[in-house]
Amino acid sequence: MSVADTAPADAGTMVSVRAVHKVFGHGHEAVHVLKGVDLDVARGSVTVILGPSGSGKSTLLRCVNELEEITGGSVVVDGERMGYREDAKGVLHRLHPKVVARQRSRIGMVFQRFHLFPHMTALENVMEAPVQVKGLSKREARQRAAGLLERVGLSDRTDHYPSQLSGGQQQRVAIARALAMDPELMLFDEPTSALDPELVGEVLAVMRDLAESGMTMIVVTHEIGFAREVADHVVFMDDGVIVESGPPGEVLDDPQHERTKNFLSHVL
Amino acid sequence: MGDVTTQTSPSGGDPVPNRIHARPVPRPGRLVAAAVVLVLAAMAANALVTNDNFRWDVVWLYLRDVVVVRGVMWTLILTFGSMAIAVVLAITLAIMRRSDNPVMRWVSWAWIWFFRGTPIYTQLIFWGLLAVLYPRLSLGIPFGPEFFSFRTDDVLTAFWLALFGLAFNESAYLAEIMRAGLTSVDPGQAEAAKALGMKDGKILRRVILPQAMRVIVPPTGNETISMLKTTSLVVAVPLTFELTYATSAMGNRQFLPIPFLVIAALWYLLITSILMVGQHYLEQYYGRGFGTTTGRKGRGKGPGGRQAAIAAAGTVQVDLAKEVTP
Repeated sequence: MSVADTAPADAGTMVSVRAVHKVFGHGHEAVHVLKGVDLDVARGSVTVILGPSGSGKSTLLRCVNELEEITGGSVVVDGERMGYREDAKGVLHRLHPKVVARQRSRIGMVFQRFHLFPHMTALENVMEAPVQVKGLSKREARQRAAGLLERVGLSDRTDHYPSQLSGGQQQRVAIARALAMDPELMLFDEPTSALDPELVGEVLAVMRDLAESGMTMIVVTHEIGFAREVADHVVFMDDGVIVESGPPGEVLDDPQHERTKNFLSHVL
Repeated sequence: MGDVTTQTSPSGGDPVPNRIHARPVPRPGRLVAAAVVLVLAAMAANALVTNDNFRWDVVWLYLRDVVVVRGVMWTLILTFGSMAIAVVLAITLAIMRRSDNPVMRWVSWAWIWFFRGTPIYTQLIFWGLLAVLYPRLSLGIPFGPEFFSFRTDDVLTAFWLALFGLAFNESAYLAEIMRAGLTSVDPGQAEAAKALGMKDGKILRRVILPQAMRVIVPPTGNETISMLKTTSLVVAVPLTFELTYATSAMGNRQFLPIPFLVIAALWYLLITSILMVGQHYLEQYYGRGFGTTTGRKGRGKGPGGRQAAIAAAGTVQVDLAKEVTP
């Protein structure tokens, strides 16, 4: 369990997930969702996680930024272990929530259901974290937020409330909101699953641009086309373990495992 | 609305070439019902105005009497003072109820259980008897040394006892309202804020509370209006200069109870009306971004304007939760 803790951070590795287990609940109601997952994500690469629902892919993503506390194993992001500190005797200490919050602030996350703050305009949504977490001045934050909204193609929607935006527009604001914290890593949790089919393209386009700009991304999605085109690395999960992983050409076009073949035959 | 009207008539012509001009369904029942209700209302007004026993002359004469106005002032001080204390207590209690610490949860539960479970009148009598129960109050370590002590009567006058008596009782009700408000906010909101690196205190203040206010404000306004009238019970402490007691004492002295009751009722109505206006604006402010009210920004542009027009027509069911997270 302490293998990864002490291992020096590889300069080329952004995320290093080692033997991660996640159990929800206790006793009879315990559900073992992640059963020993190992995953490495290289800096500047795009990893797409595929898998049937309930396979643990969203949970894995949420473990990377500590939205879920892992039950076993370790998650290291940019050389820093998430959520825990190991002392000289090898004893683990839970980190103070303040420190965990700082760790999270370097990781952007985009949710399936957007979760924009409904009482704030698009611009205020993007400004919120830089002002409240980083202590940026409102003027500077507003300027940067306007720039980010322009980048996701929404400079004419800055003063709209989320309820006045379409799903695709909301998700693009959510991406801008995450980018406002200058993250080193972006997590996408089924970002297009709650969208009407004709709105999926605009969100994927923004994500594609982001990938081309060199952002490290982990994307949970069912968009096989996006995986094939943008991903450097495709991971197929089922029943809490990684069944198969590799470049998209291998995993998508020449899957070795029966479960991967079966899944792909259903979604393609 | 903006884009709808601009689309309709660029040149003044009707964009709907085959607009329907049909006769409405005849509804004679509506006319009859309206007439009946109007007659009843006229009868009630007549009964109020023409009955000399109301002594409207006395009502008018004493409406702005100095004792009455002072009574109004004390009623207002008690209402807003106790509500202010109760709001602070209630926020604390509601947050304690959600705490991970079982001691906090239990104490909050017990407080709400006690103050909701006993009548306000009994509580006020009890507070009035505090000096009998505890002639001296002291601050110190339980079963240990005292740091300082004072005579209860000297410090806790009837006014303070009434103020805190009302506030403690109210805090129990408000705490439940606040808890309902906090729980009504989608947990995804806290999660999104967490993922941005915000700390718990900031998440509560910046993300959860502003959204909870939409649920909290209407019943809290209701409670304020209710408190306005509950202040009349502080005679149990006894505190005797608020509006109800002041007017009824005057009425008894002059053997004219009815006009003085009317005076009190008119003042209560006036204050309630002002409170209702204030509540309306508060609800509008905290409802911003929530579809039903357009708010101050981004009025009538993009899909929001169309959506608002559809919603305003009232022909579709508006699901507030769906509006936020479709």
